[in-house]
Amino acid sequence: MRYLPLTADDRTAMLATIGAASVDDLFTDVPPEARLPGPVEGLPAHASELAVERHMSRLAAQNLTAGNAPFFLGAGAYRHHIPASVDHLIQRGEFLTAYTPYQPEIAQGTLQVLFEFQTQVARLFGTDIANASMYDGSTACWEAILMAGRITRRGKAVLSGGLHPHYAQVVRTMAKFTRDEIDARQPRLEPAPDDAELIEAIDAQTSCVVVQYPDILGRIPDLAGIAEAARAKGALLIAVVTEPVALGLIEAPGNLGADIVVGEGQSLGVGLQFGGPYLGLFGCREKFVRQMPGRLCGETVDAEGKRGFVLTLSTREQHIRREKATSNICTNSGLCALAFSIHMTLLGGEGLAKLARINHARTQALVARLTQVPGVSLLNQTYFNEVTLLLPSDARDAVRVLAERGVLGGVSLGRLYPGAAELANGLLVTATETVTDEDIETFATELAGVLA
Amino acid sequence: MTTTQTAGWRPSMGEAATRDKPATVSGDYALMLEECLSFELGGHGKCGVDMDEPELAPLAGLPLRQAAPDLPGLTEPETVRHYTRLSRQNYAIDLGPFPLGSCTMKHNPRLNEKVARLPGFADVHPLQPQASVPGALEVIAQLADWLVTLTGMSAVAMSPKAGAHGELCGLLCIRAAIDARGETRDVVLVPESAHGTNPATAAFAGFKVESIPATAAGRVDLDALKAKLGPNVAGVMITNPNTCGLFEPDMKAIADAVHAAGGYVYCDGANFNAVVGKVRPGDLGVDAMHINLHKTFSTPHGGGGPGAGPVVLSEALAPFAPLPFVTRDAQGRIHLVEEETAGEDHPNSFGRMVAFHGQMGMFTRALTYILSHGADGLRQVAEDAVLNANYVLRSLENVLHAPFGDSGPCMHEALFSDRGFAEGFSTLDVAKGLIDEGFHPMTVYFPLVVHGAMLVEPTETESKAGLDRFIASLRSLAERAKAGDVSLHSAPHYAPRRRLDETLAARKPVLVWKGEPAPSGQPSPSEIGDR
Repeated sequence: MRYLPLTADDRTAMLATIGAASVDDLFTDVPPEARLPGPVEGLPAHASELAVERHMSRLAAQNLTAGNAPFFLGAGAYRHHIPASVDHLIQRGEFLTAYTPYQPEIAQGTLQVLFEFQTQVARLFGTDIANASMYDGSTACWEAILMAGRITRRGKAVLSGGLHPHYAQVVRTMAKFTRDEIDARQPRLEPAPDDAELIEAIDAQTSCVVVQYPDILGRIPDLAGIAEAARAKGALLIAVVTEPVALGLIEAPGNLGADIVVGEGQSLGVGLQFGGPYLGLFGCREKFVRQMPGRLCGETVDAEGKRGFVLTLSTREQHIRREKATSNICTNSGLCALAFSIHMTLLGGEGLAKLARINHARTQALVARLTQVPGVSLLNQTYFNEVTLLLPSDARDAVRVLAERGVLGGVSLGRLYPGAAELANGLLVTATETVTDEDIETFATELAGVLA
Repeated sequence: MTTTQTAGWRPSMGEAATRDKPATVSGDYALMLEECLSFELGGHGKCGVDMDEPELAPLAGLPLRQAAPDLPGLTEPETVRHYTRLSRQNYAIDLGPFPLGSCTMKHNPRLNEKVARLPGFADVHPLQPQASVPGALEVIAQLADWLVTLTGMSAVAMSPKAGAHGELCGLLCIRAAIDARGETRDVVLVPESAHGTNPATAAFAGFKVESIPATAAGRVDLDALKAKLGPNVAGVMITNPNTCGLFEPDMKAIADAVHAAGGYVYCDGANFNAVVGKVRPGDLGVDAMHINLHKTFSTPHGGGGPGAGPVVLSEALAPFAPLPFVTRDAQGRIHLVEEETAGEDHPNSFGRMVAFHGQMGMFTRALTYILSHGADGLRQVAEDAVLNANYVLRSLENVLHAPFGDSGPCMHEALFSDRGFAEGFSTLDVAKGLIDEGFHPMTVYFPLVVHGAMLVEPTETESKAGLDRFIASLRSLAERAKAGDVSLHSAPHYAPRRRLDETLAARKPVLVWKGEPAPSGQPSPSEIGDR
């Protein structure tokens, strides 16, 4: 076995040191009836590197990859070009094979990266501070709601209809068990989000109002107006950003009055990966720091006065507080945070702004071409790099047939909202910098064919 | 002191020698390189990404950002150098043993990394039509088959994102099962030796937590547990092998008693590496157990995640598993069950825990690892892991106090206490001394039930020669702590940083950079303690 360094002689010598006749003597605490006499039955034996690589490569080859098709999917996971140096650097063994930095003297590499990451996220979001990451956007969203409950001591969260339906599902699932009240709604196919209706739902019991920006249909809600209304009722505004590249172009939620900003960081550095691992982003006002979930990295000095970094404020966390912790989370998404941070460092703020302009321009070009297809119209009044198109028939069918023709033509609202007939003709399409003019033309041609 | 390596470090390179050497202007010392923050590298106005600019149309109706995010950019050479220099301030498995107890820091095979990066896995969107991703669904299904078979359970929920998230999944299944019975049981029993996530998770899932004491032999006190069982108990959370590195021989009796009282058994599978291929938790009456793919199945820890925590479930809990998941029908065809079809296929699911399908990038790595080892290799993994731990235990128990050393063999980790150290000498001193010796310290001060605990988990991927070097270093440190060698108090002496002031960090938290560029390695008064 190529991964097991002990030789038969080593094992014999070690058993002699231990004073055991055989390795089975080390398993005597296991009741005999629970001890398996040999390898688990029905499973294959070990395999060579070549054989395993061949098996896995065959499985990989069965998938239609985004890079091999005109590709227009988004809905919470976006395909951007990742500079080659990002993946090279995250494979440095010192980053890849390190643990959570519990011994800071020999983990300054990871810790400094996390400090830089926290700074980048806070500046991107327009928040005072940010944590060292969460699992993904959806779990970060639920943790933000719990945190708002702790801060306001209220138990009702108002969810915008524009919140990603998977995020809303996660919230509803968790709230069933914590008995938080969730006031959720489904989006309507209108050119702009119904901010007024949302504002009306905020009352004296509301801990927070949760607004996705841009929303699931690609529209951009008026965060400042919602923030003001929330503040007037003593509720917090939680902004959810599933496409952080948008913040190169549109105003940061923190600058518009959001108290907590969470998001999905997958867009920068991480890649699609069929849904995970992704990267939860979490920023907020400094005064809420002791109510935050997740790991925090802070600056300090060492015994010689040199600047250094440590995990800090751990009295919020499970390993100290046990059942009184702010969250049960231990691990963050460290390596994804590193990838995000490297990509962000390469771009810089101005590079991100340029990338965002390009994304928006690509989407403008996509919209201009697709709305020439007979029967197709644009829903959105505003958008960044994702829009909702209205088709004359169920978009699920169109997406399926397009895929059969080699075009990954967006996400149907029917997939996201099964059973909501009034949304079934909606199709979410995204264009990032990776989309070419030829991709757009192919999409338009095939869509016209499908709808004809 | 004698060295255990003939190459590299020499005793003559100790502290006294360093003091006689001249300081450098740069603050760097040959290959010991300082690195300032990326924000201090003068990156404003630069960018490391060249972009093809299409014709830009006018921007209408958008709430435009007043100014681009205030973040400097760095060109590729600067970026590569910044992160490479930072990487050298990290210890890692690739550099040496990383014997953190209960963390299972084993070698991360590079084939796993190669496979996870195949475009067919890495460049696939989670919401692509199912027909376009049969290979991705097959990976999930194959890994699920292995996990179910290895554990002797009925089903597996693949979507939890980490161990703690898996614990949550298991407890939510228990909650859903009890709700479905129309009962209200709101207490979960947790042994006092449990990892902090167990009680935190139980509370997060809305349960009250009650503690169960341990016996003198470091096991769950079965009688005390039985005395707590009753109509309000939803279940127990047992770690097996437990956090003292010991197998719970009464596991089946515990499970039987809990089941008889109407509760469920959650097993924390953090230590599954000790028994994979040797014992099936399903045979011991377990109802739910998370599997840390980043421990037992070698996916990299990445400096703190991402992990992955699939949860295997008994027949009693399987109907409540979260969405989405992958199933095979009678013809062997794979289906992805989401909200759209859950009403028919899986009506009792407790709902969705994450946005998409879970940690696909970890599934590909874990499946690659499992196929490499096979059923025989995985059994060897457990045997070698347990052999290595017992070798450490028996090689050191005459110099370090092993609180449960007399009760028989340990499993995959060896536990020591600080008994016998000279007055004023602590486990922390020994841990920091190990850093100077070129090792990552073991887990310290956990489990809480042992004073000054040192929990050593070598894993199966350490060679005997490597273990002998580690044992020699730890033996020397134990002797120095007993003899009262004061130089241990100031360890580490040779790490990139000396002991860090954690009190200062917590008292006046500085969590983001706000200052002006500071010289490398120097504290900036405006940034520290000034806010």
